[in-house]
This record gives sequence, structure tokens and C-alpha cells, in this order.
Amino acid sequence: MTAELTTEPDAKNPPGAPTTRRGRRPSRGSGDGQARTAALYLAPAGILLVAVMAYPLYQLVQLSLYEYGQAQASGGAPLEFLGLGNYTALLGDGRFWMVLLNTCGFAAVCVLGSLAVGIVLAVLASRVRWLPRTLLFLAALGAWATPAVAGSTVWLFLFDQDFGLVNEVLSGLGWQSMSGFSWTYDRFTAFALVAGEVVWCSFPFVMVTMYAGIKAVPNEIVEAASLDGASAWRTTRSVLLPMLRPLLVIATIQSIIWDFKIFTQIYVMTDGGGIAGQNLVLNVYAYQEAFAGSNYGMGSAIGVVMTVLLLVITVIYLRVQRGTGEST
Amino acid sequence: MTIAARGPKRGVTGRVLPGKRPGRTLAEIATVLVAAAIAFPLYWMVLTAFKPAGQIQSTDPRPWTLSPTLENFRQVFTVDNFGRYFLNSVLVAGVVVLVSLVLSFLAAVALTRFRFRGRTVLLVMILVAQMVPVEALTIPLFFLMRSVGSVAPWFGLNHLGSLVLVHLAFSLPFAIWMLRGFVAAVPAELEEAATLDGAGRFRFTWQVLFPLVAPGLVAMSVLSFIHAWNDFLFAKTFIISATENQTLPLAILVFFKPTGNDWGAIMAGSTLMTIPVLVFFVFVQRHLVSGIAGAVKA
Repeated sequence: MTAELTTEPDAKNPPGAPTTRRGRRPSRGSGDGQARTAALYLAPAGILLVAVMAYPLYQLVQLSLYEYGQAQASGGAPLEFLGLGNYTALLGDGRFWMVLLNTCGFAAVCVLGSLAVGIVLAVLASRVRWLPRTLLFLAALGAWATPAVAGSTVWLFLFDQDFGLVNEVLSGLGWQSMSGFSWTYDRFTAFALVAGEVVWCSFPFVMVTMYAGIKAVPNEIVEAASLDGASAWRTTRSVLLPMLRPLLVIATIQSIIWDFKIFTQIYVMTDGGGIAGQNLVLNVYAYQEAFAGSNYGMGSAIGVVMTVLLLVITVIYLRVQRGTGEST
Repeated sequence: MTIAARGPKRGVTGRVLPGKRPGRTLAEIATVLVAAAIAFPLYWMVLTAFKPAGQIQSTDPRPWTLSPTLENFRQVFTVDNFGRYFLNSVLVAGVVVLVSLVLSFLAAVALTRFRFRGRTVLLVMILVAQMVPVEALTIPLFFLMRSVGSVAPWFGLNHLGSLVLVHLAFSLPFAIWMLRGFVAAVPAELEEAATLDGAGRFRFTWQVLFPLVAPGLVAMSVLSFIHAWNDFLFAKTFIISATENQTLPLAILVFFKPTGNDWGAIMAGSTLMTIPVLVFFVFVQRHLVSGIAGAVKA
């Protein structure tokens, strides 16, 4: 990737050739013209990204430094600069730490779950014939296509206290205490239920990605390894896995990004964060603080914390991957 | 289905590789069972949508029904303004897909085929933009849309335009990143040939490049469609008082009631909400898989 990113070396320019202002000659066309066309092509997307992403990001940080409640939002009271006040209040609040723990634990379970299921099924898919593989892919595409709200509702219904199939089957199998069991009442079963739904709808991305990766490994390499007497496990570990690593990195990062900021499933399945907020994650917490509690400054501080955490996790993960010696 | 179009892995001799045979039947049975388990929630959703109320609110749920009914769907459309919400969702997701198709294509072309100063910086910024948890921006975006509303009402709070703007911006970084690989894969010779034939950069972009990167565009459009179609948070935050401008995900929640959830209506609504995405997926699955594989490899 890095090779692709570097601009063409100037050595290619024949001496004396007309150069642009910046002393670089592009591969084709006049330099200024090319830069101008590029700017033109990039402008619409760039303007949108600056207006709806970069500027709000800046605003988020700014809002987090103010006391910004209902009165300020409606213009009834002057803004009060708090500096890091919101952050110290947040870090001193036991609830924040619980929510942070919830978020990290929940995201970790979801990421590991989707990776494990996705990878296992990708390997399985690469080893079976056309019909079972097609059925598996159709089912996975179906789960993938299901909108988050629809997936949440059907999982809720399957695990419904009174009319759910799962309780009925479990108690039918002799586990009597499951009859009328409320999955959303307890903190951990509620999280487990949501995690189940999240893994269900997010493993397909991992599976498709890894399957594409496995298929891209030339048959000859696997054959050569097995001719050399390598076991299936050894081939997987020493030949396939290193070749799949870049894809694995992408799948993992995507999963971290998605699962760390899940909103819909938690909100719908635990009715806005669970009983007494036991199932809150950072994202839902920020929403509740801001829009239910009219504390926009505090909500923004939570948003900043979330953004920073996500960036840090991603960077650390990339570092670790790079540190192990393989390209990313 | 192309993702599954290959036979068993064979060696150069055409013989099935040793070590594959014995476990395969077992693996195939397992695969089918897993597929059934994965598809089950969808099956249950559709089945429930067609069940009469008595069978849904039963403590003895059965995985079939002998008396399918459309009552739940009728309920959804009469009790709530469901048709309108459906159209709103289609409108938002449709506009997002079409516009992001053009914008991300243009940006991807500029970033891959043009050399200019700051290109690397831009690429890195787009990569970083993908990591921004856009949900965290809900609060500033709420205030932004509120002020936009006083200038351009269509893009302000309570209007679908606000959702379009937000989803458009959020789908762009990944779309651009994804398309880059496809655009870069088009050989430079083609561009030279087109130039020799007298095609300008503009014509080359639209008449040669655009059709060539179609698989990437298709994959990209599915992902932005799903993004916009699934959105719950922004619809919930932006569309506060103008209920006629709500989108589907919120419409379904109407049937969750403290007095008892109307599961028939909820499942019928969820089914209706899933169908467009499923149809989209079935049509483009081939491109989706190759598109993601292509983007991931790039």
C-alpha cells in the first residue's frame, strides 16, 4: 500500500521538461489542470465531509467544555465555560465506569464472537460442496440483510418471557425454570441476548471476507504443503493464516468499530439501556444524557471519550499487528 | 451463485485431495444445520407475521401455521402511517445511494488516477474518517441541523433532507476507500488508448471508467443503502415533532406497548422492512461478495 501512495518520482521527468509551479510533473496532462480537475472531483465529497463530519467533530469537543443544558440550548441562559469540568464530573462518577466496563466487555464479546463464527464458517464453506455452501451463504446473507431494528425485534420475540419459542423449547427439554424466564431482566442475560443478535447479523461480513481470502490462496500452495507432508492444521497455521492476516486485520478493525458503538440493538432490545440503566453502553449513555436529560455538554464529553477510545484501540491493534512482522 | 460455483478442491491430477473425503459428509451435514439455525430467526419473523393473533400470543408456539392470515399486515397499515414511513425510508436511502454513488466515484477517481500534492494526506484522512464513531456526533449534528433548518428548511430538523445529508457524509469515507481499489485496477493503457482516440478526461471517466468499476459501485451502493435504511439513532433524534416524516425503524416501535406488545404487527412490520434489503441483496450478492473481496484486497 505504501508504494501506491507515494507520488511518482521526479526522476521520470526528462530534464528541461516544463514543470509545474511546485516543480513536479504529473504523469499526464498539465499539472495545474490535473490538480484543478482533482479538486473539482473531490469538492462535493469534501464539502460534505467537512460540513457534516469534521465540523461537528470540532463542535463536539467544544460543546464538551461547556455547561450546556436546556436553558442554553434554547438561548435562555448564557454559555458557561467549564473547561474540563464535564470530564472531571464524568470520571468521578461511578456510573461512567460501569458504562465503560459494559461497553468494552460487550464489544469484546461481540467482536470475538463474530470473528470466531465468521472464520469457522468460512473454513467450513471452503471445504464443502456447492449445495451446502450455497445454503450457508444464503442464510448468512439473510442475517446480514436484516435491518438492525427488525433483527432486534425478532430476537426479542424468540426470547420473549411468555410467548417466546426459546423458553418453550428449554422448558420442554426438562429445564422447567426457563418457563416464563425473563432474559432482559438480568444484566448479563440481557447483554448476552443482545450480543447474540449482534453476532448473528455481523458474522456474515467476516465470513464473506475470509472466504474470499481463502479462495484467493492458490490451490498449488496448499497442495505443495500437503505433498511436503504438512498436516491440515499445520497448513492452516503456517500457510493459510499468514496469507489471510491482512484480511483478518480489516475484519477485526471493522468489527471493533461497529461493535464499540452499537446503539440500535441495545436501545431496542433493552428498552433504552435496561432496568435502571444496567445495560447502558457509552453510545446510549451519551444519547440519554443529552436528549433525555438535556445535558448536552455532558453527552458531548461522553462522545469525545468514545471517539478517543475507539481511535486508541484501533491504533494499538494496528501497532500490534505491525509489530508481529506482517504487513497490514 | 458464483460464490459457490466451484467444485471440490482437486489436485493437479484431478483427484480429490487426500484428507478431504472422510470428514466431508459430516462437514456438509453440519453446514446445512448451521445454515438452518442462521436462517431460523428470519423464518420465525415471517411465520409470525402470517400467524393469527391467537397463535402468536400462545404459550405453546408452533413452528408452522395452518391458518395464515394477512391480518397483521392490515393492522400495520391501518393503525400506523406505515405506508408513509416506508416511502420516507425508500426516499432517504434511495437518494443517499444515488448521490453517494456519484460523489464517491468522483473522489475515488481523483484520489487514484490524479497526482497532486496532498493526495496522501487526503487518503489518510479518509481512512481516519472511517474510524470516527459517527453516532458520537449526534449532539452537534442536532444543533447543526437546527440552524440549517432556519436557512434551508428541507435539510433541517424534522425533514428527511437532514437524514440524507448525514447518511451521505457517513457512507462516503468507506465508499471512497472501497472504490479506490476498483478504479486503480483499471489499467493505465486503457486511459492512454482512450486519450489517443480523442476522449477527454471527462469522457474517459464516465464512459470507460464508470462502467468498468460497476461491481465496486454495486457493492458500495448496497452498503450505503443498508446504512441509511437501518438508521434508528438519527431518525429518532432529528425527526422529533413531524411524525409524518418518520422512517421505518421508528414505526415498528409503536407496537411495543406497556400493556402488551403486538408481536403480530411488530413481526409484520419487521418483515416489510427486511424485504427491500433482501431483494437488493439477492440481486447483487455476486457483486457484493466480489466487491468486498476487491475492496479488502486493495
